[in-house]
Amino acid sequence: MINFVLLFSRQGKVRLTKWYSPYSQKERSKVIRELSGAILSRGPKLCKFVEWRGCKVVYRRYASLYFCMCIDSEDNELEILEIIHFFVEILDRYFGSVCELDLIFNFHKAYYILDEILIAGELQESSKKTIARLIAAQDSLVETAKEQANSISNVIAQATK
Amino acid sequence: MAALVDTLLQRSLDDLIKSLRSQPTLESSIISRSISEIRREIRSTNPLTKSTALQKLSYLSSLHFLDISWSSFHSLELLPSPSFTFKRLAYLSASLSFHPSSDLLLLATNQLRKDLSPSSPSPVISLALDFLSLTASPDLARDLTPEIHSLLSSPNPSIRTKATATALRIFTRYPDSVRVAFKRLVDNIDSSAAIGVFCELSASDPKPYLPLAPDFYRLLVGSKNNWILIKVLKIFARLAPLEPRLARRIVDPVCEHLRRSNAKSLVLECARTVALSLADYDEAVRLVVEKVGEFLASEDDANLRYLGLHVLSMLGPRHSWAVEMNKELVIKSLCDPDANIRREALLLIMEMLFESNVVDISILLVSFASKSMPNPEFCNDILEAVLSACGRNVYELVMDFDWYVGLLGQMSRNPHCAKGDEIERQLVDIGLRVKDVRPELVCIARDLLIDPTLLGNSSIHRILSAAAWVSGEYAEFSRNPLELLEALLQPRTNLLPTSVSAVYIQAVFKVLTFCFCSYFERLESGHMLSSLGNPIAGTGCQEESDASTVVFGKGDNAAVGNLNNTGAIGCKPDSLSGSVNLDEQFTHASVLRMLNLIETAMVPLSNWGVVEIQDRALSVLCLIHMLQRFQVWNRDEEGLRKDGRVSEFANLMAGVFNQELGPVSANSQKRVSVPDGLILKENLADLTAVIGEEVNVSVSASTSFFHRKHHNGETGEETKILTESTSLLSEHRKRHELYYLPAGKDEAQSNDYPPANDPQLPVSQCGASEDLVELDDQPLLSRHRKPTKPRPVVVKLDDVDVRENSAPESTVDLKDDLLSGAVCDVLLGNEDNKPTKTQKKSAKSQRRKKDRPTYVEPASASQLRESGNLVHVELGSSSSKISRHGHSKEKQSSSQGIEDNEDGSQKNLTNSQHHYRKHKHRQDRDALPNLLPQTPVIQDFLL
Repeated sequence: MINFVLLFSRQGKVRLTKWYSPYSQKERSKVIRELSGAILSRGPKLCKFVEWRGCKVVYRRYASLYFCMCIDSEDNELEILEIIHFFVEILDRYFGSVCELDLIFNFHKAYYILDEILIAGELQESSKKTIARLIAAQDSLVETAKEQANSISNVIAQATK
Repeated sequence: MAALVDTLLQRSLDDLIKSLRSQPTLESSIISRSISEIRREIRSTNPLTKSTALQKLSYLSSLHFLDISWSSFHSLELLPSPSFTFKRLAYLSASLSFHPSSDLLLLATNQLRKDLSPSSPSPVISLALDFLSLTASPDLARDLTPEIHSLLSSPNPSIRTKATATALRIFTRYPDSVRVAFKRLVDNIDSSAAIGVFCELSASDPKPYLPLAPDFYRLLVGSKNNWILIKVLKIFARLAPLEPRLARRIVDPVCEHLRRSNAKSLVLECARTVALSLADYDEAVRLVVEKVGEFLASEDDANLRYLGLHVLSMLGPRHSWAVEMNKELVIKSLCDPDANIRREALLLIMEMLFESNVVDISILLVSFASKSMPNPEFCNDILEAVLSACGRNVYELVMDFDWYVGLLGQMSRNPHCAKGDEIERQLVDIGLRVKDVRPELVCIARDLLIDPTLLGNSSIHRILSAAAWVSGEYAEFSRNPLELLEALLQPRTNLLPTSVSAVYIQAVFKVLTFCFCSYFERLESGHMLSSLGNPIAGTGCQEESDASTVVFGKGDNAAVGNLNNTGAIGCKPDSLSGSVNLDEQFTHASVLRMLNLIETAMVPLSNWGVVEIQDRALSVLCLIHMLQRFQVWNRDEEGLRKDGRVSEFANLMAGVFNQELGPVSANSQKRVSVPDGLILKENLADLTAVIGEEVNVSVSASTSFFHRKHHNGETGEETKILTESTSLLSEHRKRHELYYLPAGKDEAQSNDYPPANDPQLPVSQCGASEDLVELDDQPLLSRHRKPTKPRPVVVKLDDVDVRENSAPESTVDLKDDLLSGAVCDVLLGNEDNKPTKTQKKSAKSQRRKKDRPTYVEPASASQLRESGNLVHVELGSSSSKISRHGHSKEKQSSSQGIEDNEDGSQKNLTNSQHHYRKHKHRQDRDALPNLLPQTPVIQDFLL
């Protein structure tokens, strides 16, 4: 099972965190400090696994972003590398060649996408098409909600409240 | 209206992000300012204002690590919003601010129930499921179990998947929910989420999931999805050890995947499954080793190299040939640029250490460690690994201790060596335990002591301390004690810390005693020869002896003079540093010179600020002064020999250190039986009086090395200083006899300290020969084996050194227990606790259950005996029931005659009841002899 997902930049700035196992706020910042230090210090040609506190952390670098996932010691590292790549591909498809700024200004969307890929630390869907469809469905719901909110009657109702 | 204004003036998320990015230096002040804004905005009744505030807060929480648990109530307020936009934001911020332990979670129950109802739009359901999977508390899990249950059969596949994954959390938090929802989970078994759930559940306790093995098997051979296959393999790796028949069944499909698959992740998982559970199947293992070889050889992919090493070490010592096959690649990995790979390779190599190859590998590693200059950390990892592997279980791997102490010496010379403590411990320990190695040990110690450069390296001072102790304690093996003394007294020893200096001085004391005694011994024994063969030497000596008397107390130049003067009596002037025969060494002159040398060195130390050093230096000086008092030094050797006092003194001194030290068991104190008269539970208040007048016996931190010093006093009336503490102790003893243990037999001989443990020579010897026998059938890793001499006796203490091998019992915690229990109940169809719903599966199992009684026949027990399965009958009611069951099947199957059905294993996998049964019968027949008594139910469900 994936214990948490962590995205940080080359400068060590956190871009996304998702905790599937319960960690307290204090533990979380400690984890991030330790891991970003350990991972950023590793060279590009080295293996992408770090053993850490009895777990394994699998990471992969895309441009200036490091995608890390912490898994149990029995889990399959190569599978996680594939999941990371899968996540990145979907982000890329959704944002149209994704960059770090996309993930900053649309951090919530990154969460929504991640929620469609992983749930409770497990991969829930392995088809890119299905995920794209699910996200599109969400977005269309948002659109209709927006239209409703912007309709004249709604604005009047708000204003006269 | 005010609300509208608020909304219009509110800073959006983009504004916040832009301001944070434009002024990175002011980050903290911008954050605190916006937090205060958010605190105001979040109270707004306008959902837009509230949601924007929550969104900004979520941003700050997830990217800037702000604690936003205070806002959880506000996200709850927004949850019921009919607008999906707001709901989504509310769920996001709730999932960031809630923790499964939050009290407020209960407030969300109703809203979650509403959102989870099948009539909600599917994106809303999936939001609620995502949230629940993160934050399910036991209460929430209990309350929402019905909703999850109904969602598990939702027509929408993605909702079903999410519900499946969420079910895992519900099960673990509230095990009773298993009884309600587990069957639907089984129905969804084909989805990757469900397999993930089973994989997680089986990690803590795989046994309850054995009945599902046919379904997993179907996936193993049928699924095209690598993600599912990986999980199924994981599950089988856990199930196979529980049920030997399973292993036989899955080995072929696993090998098939190994051969066919292009996905490295799947190949890796197959390899791990084989290593964990199918290690008995040679063909599979060979295939794995082949694949691992490819992994290791992949130059450009460090990941594969790392994982290849990992799989090899999982194969374990049992398949050491696998390592042997990839030996070069493994050794090459020791120089890998990646520290993780190096460590993995080292671990692997250490696991493959046997008696037969320990020499080769250790030499290789230690020389490698001294070569890996730029990497002191790894170099110490290597040293530590070698030390712990060779020292394991009282050096069980080491056959040739001469070699091993040499290796320890080589390690000490590694400039990065930081394992001084362990090397020190082992040097002393080997000295104590292995008698035969002592000459070599002393030789190694001498080499270390004599090298002045080593004194400058503070990390090996501890090793030098051990070397000094060894050469003092076993001075009789020294080839050149005088040279040793020089080494111990060399000027650079002032670089040593006081604790080590103290050991040095004590070593000097011991060597001095030894030299003195052997000198006199030689005089005694050589008397006949010298008196007959060399009368001239005696007269020559007499002439020179006047000069000798001047020498005492006058320092080095006097010593040199002495040396020159005494050249006539046959002492080689440079004998102190040359290596010469012991007998030739101890001449009158050389002993004199030795005394002077020591005295010169000790005088400054006797005023040293540290008590440990001062104490010992004074002891040595005292001995020297005492020797000087014998006026016979004036006369010749003959005179010395004739003087009764001198020989008496020599004998006394010889007795000081002649008792051998042995390894001390940590439990030896416990084994002292409580004497009859001693009442331990009595109030010891009157002891305070005793303690009040307690004598000041200084016991050094390293007592075990020096304690015998205190006994010297008994042997010579001159060594007053030394005897002081002993005499006080004995006085103390006389007065407070009550509190002392009675004097034992050993004590009567020479000292207060009985030997802690008698070396168990006969036992060890027998052990050694057994070792040798074992060695012959040992699977050898290294091709060439050196002709080993018989392993020297290693003294072992029965209670401490023999490690208890009992593995810690796996304790399943209560929750897991409940969970597995519930799963068992559901899968095996216990009627008592069953929910009302009857699924296809449960109906099937019920039917089977009902059928059972009709099979029972009175003759079953006797037939069972025929098949040699008596054990199972005796194993209690449940297993006997099953055995009877098995037997009846046997009967039935033989009547049906399905012997010809052996090969169609895959055909039989179809779910049709008929096939299922037929196959089952065959299985039962085949596997009856190795039925596991603990898993009585499985056979019914097996393929």
